[in-house]
Order: sequence, then structure tokens, then C-alpha cells
Amino acid sequence: MSETVEPILEVRGVQKFFDGRQVLKDINLMVAPGETVVVLGPSGCGKSTLLRVIIGEHAPDAGHVYMWGEDVCCASAERLDRLRQRFGVLFQSGALYSSMTVGENVALPLREHTDLDDQIIEMVVKMKLELVGLRDFENLMPSQISGGMRKRVGLARAIARDPQILFYDEPTSGLDPIATSVIGQLIIDLRTKLGVTSIVVTHDMKSALRIGDRIAMLYGGEFIAVGTPEDFRNPTDERVRQFVEGLADGPIPLRVSKTNYLSDLLGVGQPDGQ
Amino acid sequence: MSATSFVRLLERVGAQGEGLLAYLGGLGYLALDVLKHTFAGLVTRPRIKADETFFQMVRLGVRAVPIIFLVQLLVGMTLSFTLAPVLSDYGQLDKLATVISKAVFPQLGPLLASVVLTGFAGAAIAAELGTMVVGEEIAALRTSAIQPIRFLVVPRVIACILMTVALTVLANVVGTAGGGLVAYLVLDIDPWQYYHTAINSLIIKDVATGLIKGGIFGFIIVIVSCYEGLSVTGGAGGVGRATTNSVVRSIFLIITANCAFTALFYFVW
Ligand SMILES: Nc1ncnc2c1ncn2[C@@H]1O[C@H](COP(=O)(O)OP(=O)(O)OP(=O)(O)O)[C@@H](O)[C@H]1O
Ligand SMILES: [Mg+2]
Repeated sequence: MSETVEPILEVRGVQKFFDGRQVLKDINLMVAPGETVVVLGPSGCGKSTLLRVIIGEHAPDAGHVYMWGEDVCCASAERLDRLRQRFGVLFQSGALYSSMTVGENVALPLREHTDLDDQIIEMVVKMKLELVGLRDFENLMPSQISGGMRKRVGLARAIARDPQILFYDEPTSGLDPIATSVIGQLIIDLRTKLGVTSIVVTHDMKSALRIGDRIAMLYGGEFIAVGTPEDFRNPTDERVRQFVEGLADGPIPLRVSKTNYLSDLLGVGQPDGQ
Repeated sequence: MSATSFVRLLERVGAQGEGLLAYLGGLGYLALDVLKHTFAGLVTRPRIKADETFFQMVRLGVRAVPIIFLVQLLVGMTLSFTLAPVLSDYGQLDKLATVISKAVFPQLGPLLASVVLTGFAGAAIAAELGTMVVGEEIAALRTSAIQPIRFLVVPRVIACILMTVALTVLANVVGTAGGGLVAYLVLDIDPWQYYHTAINSLIIKDVATGLIKGGIFGFIIVIVSCYEGLSVTGGAGGVGRATTNSVVRSIFLIITANCAFTALFYFVW
């Protein structure tokens, strides 16, 4: 990342609590225009939460998020809406509108925010669905397609208006290897051909190394490592190595409970004093 | 009762009252937001979605027509059976149409139409919006810069108010006719005479207050159910709770508002 370019997205000192439990502590990130940043981290570490804070869905308990130099957290509803028209989000669940067909889902942002007539919208919808390989499914309802397909429709909807920043929450989880590869290539193409800036949350190391310009690993509410894919191929940090190589034993435990397993089973439930 | 438990009781009541105030505040806030978006949608783009509003009118209101028809017919007949003996004791059986229409048009018509509609429209709206919250559809709308209030709530509000008023008209006519049916079949009152008595004894106030109340009840139903639906947390269980709550709370608020408005119209009109 060069210091001279004005960052398109900046996260500064973001903290987030849920019911007194701190999920994010002091997150800092600068993203340059056209860059693809991959956020890695074990399940439940707060990746989706970070994404929701960045896109203005959750207010952070401390810190700020700037997009195009504008503070997302304190923006008025009108300004926030104007920002939102310039970025796209793929939700982890796809979040398709269940009462609309696949085609209508993709068409909705265009119908709502542009004056394009129906024929052009129809064409754009077909083009976007073709990009994710689902052109034939335009007239099905979200409940009639598979989970992986729903995610791809969500992606088609996110790119419908050609946003300048794209946020992907696990774009490839639940997809087969071929679809994973196609979506990965699509993310790369959006960047190289259209200069789209992307923030990609994923578990998938292979895609991360392939598509990321920079990779950041989130653990314990902080970025414990930020670096190039090269850095992540030969990690120095033990936690990063464990994650990258997918080892069961290491500094990152699978279980994060604070109570003793045995006493919990027996119904005593005392905090484990060791 | 000991002093401490009395204090605890007061605290409990206080907390409940505070909860109620917060709830009403939430409803009021949503109502203001809806009004703002409705007026904005009337004068500027993006306009109110006419096709969506029409679709919601059909979905929420038209399906309730048969059940409201049946309910009001039975209520009118019941009224006739109940009032006829009393009236004939006083030798006033020819006033039956007056009494029934004066009970139905300002009171029973709007009240029963909106209570039935609570079960139809209110429950449907709360469940639908709640499911959309759980499926992150509302969040997806917001992040696409589509305001859920404008896009989802405003069409439902307009549809629900219009349909409640329309169904009130239906309920009024059918209820009075139900009374007339019993009058004709059982009491040997000429239908034409029943009809003319009813028409002549109704004054504008009876009809107008009934329709105004119908509109207000429709507003209560739709605001409560949208509020319940949009504030769902915690999956399918939350959706179920919101559906139940929207029905129970709407009916309670409708009956409260009915009392308040009846008193108001008694004094000022
Ligand atoms: N609305 C909420 N209320 C309370 N706690 C929440 C809420 N949303 C998330 N959390 C908590 O925040 C933590 C992080 O959740 P998040 O969904 O961000 O994880 P994640 O990193 O995206 O996991 P995954 O990879 O499995 O999607 C979890 O422990 C979760 O329990
Ligand atoms: Mg997640």
C-alpha cells in the first residue's frame, strides 16, 4: 500500500461490544482504491460484525469508518444513502428478497435508483446473472434455488449497479470448487477491468491467497497479521501458521468456553479456576 | 403487606409503565417516519409505489371480505334477537331499525371489521416483516439505499387504512341488513319499512364517526404490526412472538382508541 494515495476506505480504532462482550477491539485498516483486501479469521471472531460496522449497519462503540473521506458512522440518513449507492454488499446468507424472483432481486437496485427503462434493466439483469452463471434461473424464486446459487444471485445483485467498493461476506463458502474458482476469477476481473475495490471475508485460504492484494487476519478482536499473500504463504506468527495450514493443534483453540467441561457436564458449571 | 414489598410492587408497576411508554414512543416514532415518507412520496421522487399499494390492498383486505360479511351478518341478527323483546315491551318495535343502525354504523361496524382485519392483515404483516428481518432482507434493502419504511411500510399503511375504511362500509351495511333479515323472517317487519327507518334515523355524524374510526383503527393495526415485525430479534421464535403481540396489542389499542374517540365525539360533535 502506498502512503501517497488517499484511502478509499479507512477504519480507525473501531470497537464493538455485544451485551458487554467485546467482539472488536481496536480495528485499524486503510484500503487504497482498486485494492483487494482479504479478511481471514476463525469462525465467530467478528468478521461479519466488522463488515456490518463498515457498511453502517451497526454503529461502532468507539472509532470511525471513513469512505471517500466521509464518516459513515455519523453521516445523516441522506448522505449515508448516497454513500450506499456507491458500494455493494454480498451478505453471508445471500439475503435475497424472498418475495421476488431471482431476476427481480437483481433488478431492484436498478429500478429504484435509475431511470433506465425495463428493456435495458432486463438486459443488465441477464448480463449480471450470466457473470455468476445463473442466467437460466431468472424466473425462479429464492426458495427454489440452492444455497450456493442464492449466494451467487446475491453477488449478481451486489454488482448490479457497478459499485466502486464491494464487500463480500464469504462469497465462496458453500460453493463447489468450480464455482469457487469462477467467483474468485470474477472478483479478480472486477478489480483488473473495472478498478473495483474489494473487501473479502473468507475462510478459504486458497481463494484468499489467489485474489488478495493484502490479507489481514482477525483474531481476538484485532488484526494479528496484515501482509501480502507471500507473507501468508510463509507465516512467522504461530497463530497465522495454524490457521493457514489448518492444524487442529496450536495456539488457537476451537473451544472458547470459559467453564470447565467436566463440571459443566455434571451440572456444576463453575468457572474454571485451573 | 410489608413496606418493602409495597415499594417493590410500586417499582414493578413503574417499570411496566415505563415499558408501555417506551413502546408507545416507538409506535409514535414509526408513525411520524411513515407520515414523513408518505408526504415526501407524494411530492417528490421516488414516488409511492402504486402497484405495490394495490397489491397489498388485495392481499390484506379483499381476502377478509367473506369472513367480515359472515361475522357482521351474525352480529346483526343477534342484535335483532336481543333487542326485539325489549322494544316490543315498550311498544317500540318499529324503532328496531333505528336502534340497530345506530349501534352498527358508529360502533360495531368499525370495531368488528378492524378486529377481524387485525387477524388477517396485522398478523400477516408482522410475520412477513419479521421474517425479512431474520433473513437480513431489511438490512440488504437498507444497504442498497432503499429505505424499508418507504419501500415496505408506506404501501402497507395506505393499503391497510383504505381497506379498513372500505371494510367498515361493508360491515355497516351487512350488519344492519342482518338485523333486517331477522326482522323480516321472524318479526314480520316489512324490509322496505326497515330500510327507510334505518336510513332516516342515521345522521351524518353516525356514518362519519364510524368511517373516521375505521381509518384510525386501520392505522393502529398497520403501525403496530409493522413495528412488531421490524423489531423482531432471534429467529423463528421472535417472528411468532411478534405475530401474537401484534394481534393482542392492536386489539387492545383499538378498543382503547374506540373508547377515547367515542367520548370525544360525544362531547365535541
Ligand atoms: N446481533 C448480535 N447480538 C449479539 N451477539 C452477536 C450479534 N452478532 C454477532 N454477535 C457475536 O459476535 C461474535 C462475532 O460474530 P460474527 O458473525 O461477526 O462472526 P464471524 O467472524 O462472521 O463468524 P463466521 O465466520 O462463522 O461467519 C460472535 O461471537 C457472535 O456471538
Ligand atoms: Mg460471518
